[in-house]
Amino acid sequence: MSERHIFARPARFAAIAPYVWMVLFFLVPFGFVLKIGLSQTAIAQPPYTPVFDVAEGVAAIRAAFAALSLDNFRLLVSDDLYVLSYLRSLVVALVSTAILLAIGYPIAYGMARLPKRWQSVAMMLVIVPFWTSFLIRIYAWINILQHDGLLNQILLALHIVAAPVVWLSTDSAMYLGIVYSYLPFMILPLYATLAKLEPSLEEAAADLGAAPSEVFWLVTFPLSLPGVAAGVLLCFIPIVGEFVIPDLLAGSNSLMIGQTLWLEFFTNKDWPVASAVAIVLLALLLAPLLLYERLQRRQLEAR
Amino acid sequence: MAEDDVKIESAAEPAKAEPVIALPVPALPPPSADLPLLRIENVVKQFGSFRAVDGPSLDIRRGEFFALLGPSGCGKTTLLRMLAGFETPDEGRILLNGHDIAQYLPHERPVNMMFQNYALFPHLSVRDNIAFGLKRAGMARADIATRVAEMVALVKLEGLEKRKPDQLSGGQRQRVALARSLARRPQVLLLDEPLAALDKKLRESTQLELMELQRRLGMTFIIVTHDQEEAMTVAGRIGVMDAGRLEQVATPRELYEAPASRWIAEFIGDINVFDGQIEAREHHRLTVLTRDAGVWAVAEPRNPLTKTTVSVAIRPEKVKLSRRSPASDAAHVHSLNRLEGVVTDVSYLGGLTTYKVKLDTGAIVRSSMANTTRIDMDAYGLSQRVVAWFTPDDCMVLEQ
Repeated sequence: MSERHIFARPARFAAIAPYVWMVLFFLVPFGFVLKIGLSQTAIAQPPYTPVFDVAEGVAAIRAAFAALSLDNFRLLVSDDLYVLSYLRSLVVALVSTAILLAIGYPIAYGMARLPKRWQSVAMMLVIVPFWTSFLIRIYAWINILQHDGLLNQILLALHIVAAPVVWLSTDSAMYLGIVYSYLPFMILPLYATLAKLEPSLEEAAADLGAAPSEVFWLVTFPLSLPGVAAGVLLCFIPIVGEFVIPDLLAGSNSLMIGQTLWLEFFTNKDWPVASAVAIVLLALLLAPLLLYERLQRRQLEAR
Repeated sequence: MAEDDVKIESAAEPAKAEPVIALPVPALPPPSADLPLLRIENVVKQFGSFRAVDGPSLDIRRGEFFALLGPSGCGKTTLLRMLAGFETPDEGRILLNGHDIAQYLPHERPVNMMFQNYALFPHLSVRDNIAFGLKRAGMARADIATRVAEMVALVKLEGLEKRKPDQLSGGQRQRVALARSLARRPQVLLLDEPLAALDKKLRESTQLELMELQRRLGMTFIIVTHDQEEAMTVAGRIGVMDAGRLEQVATPRELYEAPASRWIAEFIGDINVFDGQIEAREHHRLTVLTRDAGVWAVAEPRNPLTKTTVSVAIRPEKVKLSRRSPASDAAHVHSLNRLEGVVTDVSYLGGLTTYKVKLDTGAIVRSSMANTTRIDMDAYGLSQRVVAWFTPDDCMVLEQ
């Protein structure tokens, strides 16, 4: 009995702490954003109406509630600008994730098959870019890709091209930046899964007559699917909302939803529409987020 | 029990009639009677500076149950993995039906392996695990279904076909692994410590089932084990390995009663060993003066001895104890070996009782005697003075 008393309180606190965190730093701000998303833009401080002021009494608050509307959300559906932004974000995220998987899987597979002491070295090499600020690394890419940048100098020196190629402000540059930035997030979960794989399983498959390609597709790949799912979601979800990379590396003719949101908020000062954009983005990402969460839980349970 | 036997019979019978699956191995020469199924010739495997396998040669006959026995790290598993194709020999050859298999990858060899950890595919059901090798061999769907059903019946897993490996007990998993490795009817089945993960009772009954299965299917089994009792139970012949070399290849009885070296004598079973010097030799009897246990009369071994410094040895169960020097007729009495001493340790083990007798020289001789009656009025107690005696024919002479 006494033992249970000793442990009960810290344990209960540890159990509710994440919920307190969620309420304080996610649900409450989300409530604010939702409320702004239902408001109208106004030239005022703050730049929207209605404003809830408890001091003005119950009637005023009731009136403020009545003034909330779904107009901003209707705008998102009716205006091509937003729909196209959402679509572009999804397409960019899908294509980038596919490229990331195609590049990341072989790297992770190779890492998992290195001798043990080299595996930690390879792991360091994957993580090392994180030691430099993300922004600095993207600016470094601008340097490399610009008109008289390193890439064009090399291509010219090798006589592969006759005149400098326009790299910057293209989709290629954006994909390059995204793949470069997110590769560790793809490699690490894949590596973790592949390194745990029992080598005797692949031997057993070969022993039972499976050619090397069959060993991979019938045993290795199916058993690495949890890692594939983790890597794909870990990349896909943040890429959908990516702002910095498309803003710095891609052209301005089509925008990802993160850029549209930024424009609405900072350039147009239209907080209500920006909030509505954010809420719809969150709703779009809810499905993959929940999927990721479920996979994580299942993996924990399987352990 | 009787019902189980019938089940195995009915399952195994059609298996014999069916042709062996065509494996993607180029036609091997037809099996011939004078050719061993498997020949290992001076095979060497080096890992860095460590010689895991150091040039053993070995012939294995068709239909044989062969055991590779040795302490851990002796190279027996590496040798087995070379047969499966997971390691390539640095030197020497491995011939299957007279055909060098060095160039064939594991998936091209008509050899299957049962892994120590079973290596069952966790994402596949019992049925799909067993069918895996059959599908790779391009067997027709209907034939696969028949063969899988047959294998499931053979290892008594009926009703569990749809389970995943993690829904099975250790013993059931072991059976799935066995069925999966047998399904392709390999010319040689390799078993890498197949029973190490089972508890003692289950291990013993599974040993008997393995023997039964091997006899019924008429297949060639090679088992790797560090458990000498297991090797002696299941195998017709045993190859004892130490430090990458084959120390002796013999039947279990030969290994126990006529070990080729002192190392094997001490590795297999219990034994009393004393160093000594050959003093005389007449009528196939050697007289050996031991350092700590007096003069022994021993039978001369068949292989000629090269040195006069030898070890003489006697298994504990061949050492009898009595209170007085055993009376026997005059012709033999001088040839019995008698060692006098005091009982210092008695261990009752149920079927046996083992005694330690401290000789007057201080050396210890162990004796074990079967408890053939429930009530032993005449048991030896601690501090009792006894004569330990044994015949010259039961003694072994071992060179160092």
